[in-house]
Amino acid sequence: MKLRYLKNVATLYLAVEKCIGCGRCAEVCPHRVFRVEEKKAKIEDRDSCMECGACARNCPVNAVTVKAGVGCAQAVIVGWLTGTEPTCDCSSGEACC
Amino acid sequence: MSNEKSCCCSTDNCCSILPIALSDNNVTMYDKNDEWVTGEIYTPKGRVPVVSTKLSFKDKLGAWKVRWGIGRKNYRINPGLYAVGKPDQNSPVLVSANYKLTFDTLRKELSGLNCWILILDTKGINVWCAAGKGTFGTEELVSRIYRTGLSGIVSHRKLVLPQLGAPGVSAHEVTKQTGFAVTYGPVRAKDIKAFLDSGFQATEEMRTVKFTMWDRLVLTPVELVSAAKTSLMVFGILFLINLFAARPFGLADFIAYVGAVITGTVITPLLLPVIPGRAFAWKGWLLGLFWTLAFICQSGWFASGYLLPSIGYLLALPALSAYLAMNFTGSSTYTSFSGVIKEMKIAVPLITLSFAVGVVLLLINSIGI
Repeated sequence: MKLRYLKNVATLYLAVEKCIGCGRCAEVCPHRVFRVEEKKAKIEDRDSCMECGACARNCPVNAVTVKAGVGCAQAVIVGWLTGTEPTCDCSSGEACC
Repeated sequence: MSNEKSCCCSTDNCCSILPIALSDNNVTMYDKNDEWVTGEIYTPKGRVPVVSTKLSFKDKLGAWKVRWGIGRKNYRINPGLYAVGKPDQNSPVLVSANYKLTFDTLRKELSGLNCWILILDTKGINVWCAAGKGTFGTEELVSRIYRTGLSGIVSHRKLVLPQLGAPGVSAHEVTKQTGFAVTYGPVRAKDIKAFLDSGFQATEEMRTVKFTMWDRLVLTPVELVSAAKTSLMVFGILFLINLFAARPFGLADFIAYVGAVITGTVITPLLLPVIPGRAFAWKGWLLGLFWTLAFICQSGWFASGYLLPSIGYLLALPALSAYLAMNFTGSSTYTSFSGVIKEMKIAVPLITLSFAVGVVLLLINSIGI
């Protein structure tokens, strides 16, 4: 069963007019949000986006923007309490905030 | 992962200096006593340690320990270049992180291959987390390429990065600064052989992050250990209250509490996909409610006039499970920052209120006001 998180929250945006169809976004996305068709990327499954920021960082023409951050409650609480940006200051096995 | 205390090393206090076999001709510093180093290989830039593709008992014990949160902050190897098999100037270069668990997971998949492994200094953090923080990043990769003299060791100009390193690395930037082209390999190390054999082609399956029951299971011990540490303080406070309580806390209370903690830290993560709803706090609350109801019914509290503690527990324990489950967002592989914020804006006030009222009721019952 595919795990899905909250709907309609992701801040992912693709400026199609800038896109050169290189396919990097589709390559790096861990949740297969993008698909490239006829030399243009397309957001196929926005609700699967976890805002890791891989697509935006690897887009050579800055066509993709996303407010990347850690989806980690503990980090958010610490951020709220200390008045700082939530950062993932923690280590784990494979998966982590 | 989720617990602040088990979290990061500030760089000052946890960078131990390994006993090092250092000479002018070493590309990578390493400890001669490390049993995973099986030899050295000579390159135009100096000697490079060759590593085993088999995990020893010590490696496996080390993995088990960090899974339980023991010495996790300092389970690391020296950054630099390592060799697998007998690589030459044409062999592929795989890039990874200096968390020993990550390194072991990678090298055990490389038996029979000849390749180079370029280890970045991620402060002992795995690839994905380090990429999120930027330590597995463009700058570190570029500087590591220069510091190891990689361009004098291999004749090609290609690097294979783990796909989960992509949030930290800008591939086109690396190419611009070093001339090395970046290919993102599969998400999981176990697919690396198939990826190399197929001429650097990753299937959709190899490119997709999963979160299987096993993936979730191995993450729960750390959650449990950190909850247990906090619980010791709770038990201490309860002990003090018991000194002057009319109705002291006893074994039944202990079981109810421990059950709620396990529900939030272990059961909810394990059953994640089958629990209805999407928000983690909701999932934890729901299971916590089931647990508390089951416990109260089983102990016959409803029938025997224990109304006050029953209501107290129904308010406090599901809220506790909800909070612990919410913290598992940090370990999950699919929650977004925006989603977690949305969830928390609703969940945190409700959890706080419910828990506080529940605790007050329990104290009133216990002290006997």
